[in-house]
Amino acid sequence: MLSSLTITEAHERLKKHTVSAEELTKACIERIEKVDHRLNAVIHRNFERALEQAKEVDRKGEFDHPLTGIPYLAKDVYCEAGVPTTACSNVLREKTYIPPFDSTTTRRLKAVGAISLGKTNTDEFTMGASTETSCYGPTRNPWDSSRVAGGSSGGSAAGVAADLCFFALGTDTGGSIRQPVGFCSCVGLRPTYGRTSRFGVMSMASSLDTIGPLAKTIEDIAIVLQAIAGKDDRDATTVDVPVPYYRKALTGDIDGLRVGLPKEYFIEGMAPDVERSVRDAAKQFEELGATIVDISLPHTKYATATYYIICPSEVSSNMARYDGIRYGRTIGKPQNLLDYYERVRSEGFGVEVKRRIMIGTYALSAGYFDAYYRQAQKVRTLIRRDFEAAFEEVDVILSPVSPTPAFVVGAHTDDPIAMYLEDIFLSSQVLAGIPALSVPCGFSKENLPIGLQIMGKQWDEATILRAAHAYEQATQWHRKKPML
Amino acid sequence: MVFAMPSLTKDHVRHIAKLARLKLSEEEVEKFTTELTSILRYVDMLQEVDTSSVPPTAHVTGLSTVLRDDTLTQSPISPEDLLACSPLPVSERQIVTPSAHE
Repeated sequence: MLSSLTITEAHERLKKHTVSAEELTKACIERIEKVDHRLNAVIHRNFERALEQAKEVDRKGEFDHPLTGIPYLAKDVYCEAGVPTTACSNVLREKTYIPPFDSTTTRRLKAVGAISLGKTNTDEFTMGASTETSCYGPTRNPWDSSRVAGGSSGGSAAGVAADLCFFALGTDTGGSIRQPVGFCSCVGLRPTYGRTSRFGVMSMASSLDTIGPLAKTIEDIAIVLQAIAGKDDRDATTVDVPVPYYRKALTGDIDGLRVGLPKEYFIEGMAPDVERSVRDAAKQFEELGATIVDISLPHTKYATATYYIICPSEVSSNMARYDGIRYGRTIGKPQNLLDYYERVRSEGFGVEVKRRIMIGTYALSAGYFDAYYRQAQKVRTLIRRDFEAAFEEVDVILSPVSPTPAFVVGAHTDDPIAMYLEDIFLSSQVLAGIPALSVPCGFSKENLPIGLQIMGKQWDEATILRAAHAYEQATQWHRKKPML
Repeated sequence: MVFAMPSLTKDHVRHIAKLARLKLSEEEVEKFTTELTSILRYVDMLQEVDTSSVPPTAHVTGLSTVLRDDTLTQSPISPEDLLACSPLPVSERQIVTPSAHE
């Protein structure tokens, strides 16, 4: 099947002219049409335009860039001129929002000739860990349709795992790339905060949001990261630090690499299959010449609580713009402006968005700011310091991605805290602003994927890519595909 | 800092909703009163951390006051393109909103 190729493999064929961009695009479209009714991963299809773009690329016939002619899917929060972008929210779906501009990332991809196939399902405004808060309904796990694909970038992860595309774009605020990638068995990277531009990507929590790639191999992640990384004048939080040539880092050699195993990430209640797979992965690293070092990140247990103050506080501020004036939903016969705002927002937002707006508004309100937001920002400093101290001793840190494999759809519907704890291993890195990725490291006895998280120093994506690539080369997990 | 175990009343919830420009049904008020109380109790664990000599982290890049040259750049988006996104009527290149008064 053509759409199951990696970017690297497809690129080689394009260069040799043994396949065309149009054929690759058609292969993805056919695959989406054949299997996506079972997944619900793709919610806006942009096929006609994608085919036109592919033909244009074929006419030029130049395939020097590894992404030229490669079809991809973007999460439904990336603005693309002329393409519906709704954050899977009724507040933007009602009068379908069609942005008049491109996000920096989709613009950079367009410039090198990558082909946008459409938009993937996500939790509403990326708030969730299962894609269940999407107004289009949940994305199903390609390995077991009774289970979630994870979230919030669940559509992107299921899309890559099911070969609907060659790569996908996601966002990761509190684990939203790494967790679904772990649940669906593909690879995904949360870059360092400030490494990739968020211009034109709908915001959730501005001091935590990052955007990043999901793909089938680490080499493909390196290729996409190369194309999207770097300072952008339109996103003042991007930093002008050198962007290395990432594929050069993929030497397969991790001899002497110091690998930390934090004791706080092996907790009671985690699935035995998960613990075993991650410990086996650590052994594999040792066999490849790395040194395993037992480390401690003592403030880990406070990460979820810290996250669930800072994130909703910033959410409550970012969601203020959805008021039915400049875009989105509207209502008839308002009594006055206040009534208009309240009804547009109450009818347009789903329950998780309202919940976070409420927590955030409370945490930031007079009399509570110091106790909640300020205290959380201080604990955030302690969590950062944990990592700074650990990275004095080690080059990368390994952990599980999630405490269990993918859960059943509806399992946490009435328990928001249980849903928040799904990301228990994924919020510390966010608060510290460091890069982290997820790579397949095994399967449970129910044949559900298990992910390994690899964390690195700030700006040092190259080392975690090198480590993940060496591990991937030595294992076969990433080759296993779901039966669809 | 010592805090009593946080507990929200329905009136708190109604007040927060008003600040957030949300209109909640009685059912939602009920639901959020319970849920927000349990979330606040969960995050309350942060009060046990001694942060008396710890500075807050607002963001992690180390950047401060990012400035750019004050030069004119032409956006490819026209004001008409942006106005076309509004669900409300447009008059003389301005969005006509409901009245702020009764």
